[in-house]
Amino acid sequence: MTLLKKIISELNFWEDCSKYGISIWQCPKFLFVVMGGVTISAMTATHLIAIKFAEENLTVISVVGVTVIIFTIGNIIVNSFDKIATANRMKTEFVSIVSHQLRTPLSSLKWSLNLFMSGRIGKLEGKQLEHAEIMKDSNDRMIKLVNDLLNVTRIEQGRVLLKKEKTDLSALVKELVEEVRSFSEANNVSLNFENSLQNSTVYIDKQYISMVLSNLVDNAIRYIKAQGKVVISLKKKDQFFRIEVRDNGVGIPKDEQRNIFHKFFRSRNAMRHRTEGSGLGLYIAKSFIELHGGKIGFKSKEWEGTTFWFELPLK
Amino acid sequence: MAKILFIEDEPGLQKTVGEILRQERFEILEALDGDTGVEIAKKEKPDLVLLDLILPKKDGFEVLKELKENPETKDIKVIVLTNLESSGDVEKALELGATNYLVKANYELEEVVQKVKDLLK
Repeated sequence: MTLLKKIISELNFWEDCSKYGISIWQCPKFLFVVMGGVTISAMTATHLIAIKFAEENLTVISVVGVTVIIFTIGNIIVNSFDKIATANRMKTEFVSIVSHQLRTPLSSLKWSLNLFMSGRIGKLEGKQLEHAEIMKDSNDRMIKLVNDLLNVTRIEQGRVLLKKEKTDLSALVKELVEEVRSFSEANNVSLNFENSLQNSTVYIDKQYISMVLSNLVDNAIRYIKAQGKVVISLKKKDQFFRIEVRDNGVGIPKDEQRNIFHKFFRSRNAMRHRTEGSGLGLYIAKSFIELHGGKIGFKSKEWEGTTFWFELPLK
Repeated sequence: MAKILFIEDEPGLQKTVGEILRQERFEILEALDGDTGVEIAKKEKPDLVLLDLILPKKDGFEVLKELKENPETKDIKVIVLTNLESSGDVEKALELGATNYLVKANYELEEVVQKVKDLLK
C-alpha cells in the first residue's frame, strides 16, 4: 500500500487532494484512474468469459454493455467526489478572503479605541472608561477569531511556511511565562516552569511554536475552578524535546477526548466554564507541531486536571 | 521636527495615526494613493515613510520599488503598515528595501508609535 502511495506521489497525482487533507480514496483524480482500470478489467473479463460460452455477436454485445454500465457508474462517482473537493476548496478560499477583508475595519477600530482610551483626545472617566474597555475586549476577540481563521485556511491550503531559526526552548518558555504572569495571578493560578535541561537549542519557527505554547498555557490557566496550579516542564525523551503543560482544572470527559483536536470543537466542561472560545486553537496547534515533524497529545481526568504535551525533534 | 509621510487610503486611519503622531511632535504628510505618495516623497524628502500595501493607482510594492530605485529617495526609511500577511508579502517588502513590516491588526497604536520613534532616533 505504501509503495503504491509512493508511486502515485511520484506522479504528482493527488497533490491538490493531499494539500486539502482529502484521503486518496476520495480524490477525484485517483478515482478516475481506478475506474479506468476497473473498466478495462471488466471489459477484458467479460470478453474472456463470453468467448468461452457464447457466440461472437453476444460477446461483443456483452463487452460493450458491461463497459458502458461501468463507465457511467464510474463517471457519476468521480464527478460527485470532484464536486465535494471543489466545494471544500471554495469554502476555504471564501473564509480566507472574508477574514482578510474583516481585518481592515477591525484594525481601524482597534487603533481608534487605543487613541480614545489613551486620554490623548480627552480624559475618560469611570463609566466611560469601563464601556470603552468593553468595546476594546469585543474588538480584540474579533481580531483573534479572524487571526485563527486565517491560520486555519493557511493550514488547509498547505500555505504554512515555516521560518526555522535556532531557538533556545527554555528561554522561549520563560519569556511566555513572564508574559502571562499577570494573567495567571489575576486568575489565582500559580504558574511554574520546571526545566531539567542544560541545553535546549532547537531549530524551529519561533512564532508558531510560541503560538502553540501560548494556547496550551492559556487553556491551562483559564479552565481551572479555584486554587489553580499550572506547571510547565521541559525534558528530553528519546530523539525529542518534550514540553508538558499540567493543570488541575476541569479536565476533559472521556467521551469527548477523541474530538479535542477537531476544528471548532469545545468540550462541555470547557463550555460550561467559559462560553467564549473559537475551538480552533488546538487544531492549529496540532497542525503546527506536526509540520515540524513533532507530536502532540494529552492525558486528562475529568475534574482532576489535564496534561497537554508536545514533542519536537532534536534535529 | 521630523517629517513623516503616511501613505494610506483610509481617511479614518490617516486621522487616527495622524493625531497621535502630531501629539508626539512629528510633522505628518498625508497621501491617499500610491502616485501622490511617490510625488510627495520626491518633493518633501520625509525622514520616514509609513506605507500601506493596498493602495489605489499604484500599490505599496510599486511605491516601495520606486522610492528605493530613485537616488533622491532611496535612503528614506520605510515602515510597511498593512493587514496583508502571507510570507510572500513580507519577504517581497523586505527584499524591496522596507525597514520594518508591521501587521496592523497585531499591534497596539502605541507600539507602532514606539517603532517610529525607535527608527527616528
